[in-house]
Amino acid sequence: MANQYSIHAESVIKHFGTTKALDGVSLKADYGKVTGLLGPNGSGKTTLIKIMSSLLEPTQGKVLIDGIDVHRHPNQVRNIIGLAGQYAAVDDYLTGRETLEMVGRLYHMPKKEIKKRSNELLQQLGLEDAADRQTKTYSGGMRRRLDLGASLVSTPKVLFLDEPTTGLDPRTRLQLWSIIQDLVTKGVSILLTTQYLEEADALADKMYVLNHGKVIAKGTSGSLKSSLGVDIIEVIVKQNQLILAQKSLTQKLNKTITIDELTRRLQIKTKNGSDDILLVAQILHDIKIKPEELSLHRPSLDDVFMSLTAERNHNA
Amino acid sequence: MLNKSVNAISDTYVLAKRNVKRNFRVPQLLIFSSAQPIIFLLLFNFVFGGAVAGTSEEKYIFFLLPGIMAQIALFGSIQTGVGLAEDLNKGVIDRLRSLPITRSAVLAGRTFADSARNVFVIALITIVGIILGFRIEQGYAKFFAAMLLVLLFAYSFSWVSANIGMWLKDSETVQVAGFLWVFPLVFASSVFVPVATMPSWLQGFAQNQPVTQVVNAVRYLAVGGVPNGQHYIYATILWSLGIIAVFAPLAIRMYRKIQ
Ligand SMILES: Nc1ncnc2c1ncn2[C@@H]1O[C@H](COP(=O)(O)OP(=O)(O)O)[C@@H](O)[C@H]1O
Ligand SMILES: [Mg+2]
Repeated sequence: MANQYSIHAESVIKHFGTTKALDGVSLKADYGKVTGLLGPNGSGKTTLIKIMSSLLEPTQGKVLIDGIDVHRHPNQVRNIIGLAGQYAAVDDYLTGRETLEMVGRLYHMPKKEIKKRSNELLQQLGLEDAADRQTKTYSGGMRRRLDLGASLVSTPKVLFLDEPTTGLDPRTRLQLWSIIQDLVTKGVSILLTTQYLEEADALADKMYVLNHGKVIAKGTSGSLKSSLGVDIIEVIVKQNQLILAQKSLTQKLNKTITIDELTRRLQIKTKNGSDDILLVAQILHDIKIKPEELSLHRPSLDDVFMSLTAERNHNA
Repeated sequence: MLNKSVNAISDTYVLAKRNVKRNFRVPQLLIFSSAQPIIFLLLFNFVFGGAVAGTSEEKYIFFLLPGIMAQIALFGSIQTGVGLAEDLNKGVIDRLRSLPITRSAVLAGRTFADSARNVFVIALITIVGIILGFRIEQGYAKFFAAMLLVLLFAYSFSWVSANIGMWLKDSETVQVAGFLWVFPLVFASSVFVPVATMPSWLQGFAQNQPVTQVVNAVRYLAVGGVPNGQHYIYATILWSLGIIAVFAPLAIRMYRKIQ
């Protein structure tokens, strides 16, 4: 039976006492892609990662990793996954090299291979110079990289990264992004959680938006943005052309058009910005108005997220 | 099957090595776990020596040192729980649980490493004891056997502490709570004074609880002059194995169900 998904979670429910951390989450992650799990603090991201990586038993539901049932064959799953948890879990008193070699031994890899792989990773992650220093001397970014390295020792098929860049400075964050992108080109399937929309936007092919233990939206970043349907076309014209422009555009586009007299700005809300902006240009051209500015604004993922969570909170 | 047990041994060894490195590379830890029994040894020997046991301090060291060794075993076992709680909070346990390792290896590795630290502290306290006038008078073989008993006893209490560590989860709380259960066991025993000097309502508990067994067994082997001494050796072994039989499976179960 060929399995289609690197990760396949079906209706996962997890209760901690009376807290419903996960309230029926289903997720399908493609092979060789980055799947983003986006959500605010407390939305259930870590809980889901822990269930998918065999650390927690779900109250209900089922997870398959590379077609293997996590609940039934946890050790089989552990052999093909890597996990870098929310906090860089490296021992202060071990050196970077010792950390990686210890993990290699716990995967029961041959000694030679452990040495080779550790060197390789230390080099890839830019930790060669610090390899034989105790990690208590490492910076936050170095600890993160080492922690990521530890999750890569056995060359996992499926990699779980729980907020890999939280608390890092922008430069180090970009560094981690490029490491993650590099892993994807090598064929690793990655599930990554984040609170940062631009991170999901930059890395994830498909994303799931989680709020209060439920998936409230899913899709590519593009499809999430367009599902909001609030592209905005803005036109700035001369003061005396405002009324004429508004009249013509209203007629031809059959849309409400708002005017801001002070800034001489017309705003058109549309579902299909890229097509409509051409229409607007054509209409203005026909009535011989040369706009000073003509622009299209697409919602950022932040806008999408705000509107999604606002709706939910409203309904709740 | 063979492969499985080879892996189990290797996993436990690797993790014990990690914890030994922790015990020996974090100097505060080693200094304080050594300093504490040394201070107790000095204090009790010089301050209370004459009064407490009604003997001269020169002889009291023979009474006291075996007691202090049992105390090292119990106080040291608190660290098993503290270390586990620390690992839990740092996310190290999450990482380890995501690896394809034997279920018991994390706990076994920890308890063995704490035994290694006990060996060091007990060797050190023996040297300090000798400086204070203690002598190995029953021969090295018996003294060595006595030390093995202390280590076995300490090992069993490490498993008790492992449960407490995973239950309370916060390393500082585990440390403080440790004194709650360790103090009564250490003081209501024959560690510092003969049980016969205690009020009668306490004697029943003090005479029969495990710490008194190991202290008396060590006194019998290392110093001599304990009537019916064999009995305490058997009692120590039985208590230790019994405690391991109960608390090791409980701890492993708890480890598997960590939330
Ligand atoms: N071990 C636990 N015991 C009790 N409640 C928990 C536990 N872990 C998580 N929770 C609760 O479950 C919810 C989801 O938490 P979490 O998965 O950590 O969210 P996120 O990672 O998105 O911040 C929160 O309300 C949190 O308080
Ligand atoms: Mg989290």
